[in-house]
Amino acid sequence: MTFLADVATLARKDLRLELRARDTLPAMLLFVVSTLVVFRFALPEGADDVAAQGLLWVALVFTALLGLARAWAPEREGGALEGLVLAPTDRSAIWLGKSAAVFIFLCALDAVALPAFALFFAPVNLSTVAGVLLANLGICAIGTLLAAMAAASRTRELILPLLFLPLAIPLVVGGVGAGVSAEPARFLAFLGLYDGVFAILCWASFEYVVSE
Amino acid sequence: MSTSSLNRSGFGSPVPLLAVLASGLVGIALALVFFVAPEDADQGLSQKIFYFHVPIALTAYACFGWGAFKALLLLWRKEERYDLESYVAVHQGTIFGALTLATGSIWAKASWGHWWLWSENQLVLFLVLFLFYSAYFMLRFSIEEGPRRANISAVYALFGIALVPVSFLAIRLAENVIHPTVFTREGPQMTGTMFFTFCVAWVAISALAYALYRLELLGKRLDSNLRELREALSS
Repeated sequence: MTFLADVATLARKDLRLELRARDTLPAMLLFVVSTLVVFRFALPEGADDVAAQGLLWVALVFTALLGLARAWAPEREGGALEGLVLAPTDRSAIWLGKSAAVFIFLCALDAVALPAFALFFAPVNLSTVAGVLLANLGICAIGTLLAAMAAASRTRELILPLLFLPLAIPLVVGGVGAGVSAEPARFLAFLGLYDGVFAILCWASFEYVVSE
Repeated sequence: MSTSSLNRSGFGSPVPLLAVLASGLVGIALALVFFVAPEDADQGLSQKIFYFHVPIALTAYACFGWGAFKALLLLWRKEERYDLESYVAVHQGTIFGALTLATGSIWAKASWGHWWLWSENQLVLFLVLFLFYSAYFMLRFSIEEGPRRANISAVYALFGIALVPVSFLAIRLAENVIHPTVFTREGPQMTGTMFFTFCVAWVAISALAYALYRLELLGKRLDSNLRELREALSS
């Protein structure tokens, strides 16, 4: 139980930091709305709703990247990661705590992005919402780990999209499929599978990313 | 310097032998492909690229798998040499992956008149993998050398091996809804000679990859030994 308590403490710390400083989430929300507006003008006249569905996912993935690039910024700027690594807890708790915080950010993002999409483009169906939630799990699990890798490199913000986008392709396939397919269950199951596989992999390997 | 490290520095190394073996096998494979294997009734001469395209693709998978295996060993046993071995395997895998894209593209042009087809699942998968492993090099060379870099590279290389089946599944799923299949590669049944030629070509390409792997490893180790020696002399 102490493991879960540690995770909760770590996640709470991130949320409290965000509530006080407000430097990531407002930027993400503004970015996603701006992106959707840009897409409105990027789509030629007469483009159908299916194309717009694809663009929704582009907007979500890129906005998530914006947030992920900042995910480890407080630790890096304060030099706190070494302290966390030395703390008497399992190191995967650091990953899980950060992922939980990122997941909450992503849900807040969707709470703005999906209504905005429905307003500007086309109504959002239930399976799209389910797809977005499942994709959030995958994005926060894998994105947090990749952001920790990127934070250890010299070219942080530059390298994160390069690491993340090839891994995000299956998420986009699953999400778009869930939205536009006649049988979304298969795509949702695929997203669940992706989340499971990569969550286990990230959980097991995070320790090696932050320690020597 | 101990005998084992001398050996690893290249004295008495099997690399020359491997190189001769690999080039011999590639020569035999070429001869078989062009002079022994019958011409495909449907596709004609352009089908010959199959004997190289598919073995190169399989070899690329093998290299990525080998790199991930070495990465696992590194995380498990914490021995420094696995880092270099994993890196070299991924490097070879990326080279063979790029060759797969090139040969696949040529084949697509010859057979269907397009340089790129999204309906070719394997080719799309290789594109995703190529992007993924290109980022591996970006990541590796932007982290300072040391155990941290070794660990991070290893974790990333392990992700690659999970990405292969997941991406393949994703591409298959996407094909059904997002891009309907236009072309199928329903190859005619392979005759015995064709299959034999294919096997020889596969062995030849694998031998070539292994020889290149050992050669690169040898060069990289010589480099690092030389650097150590220079540092020891200067201090």
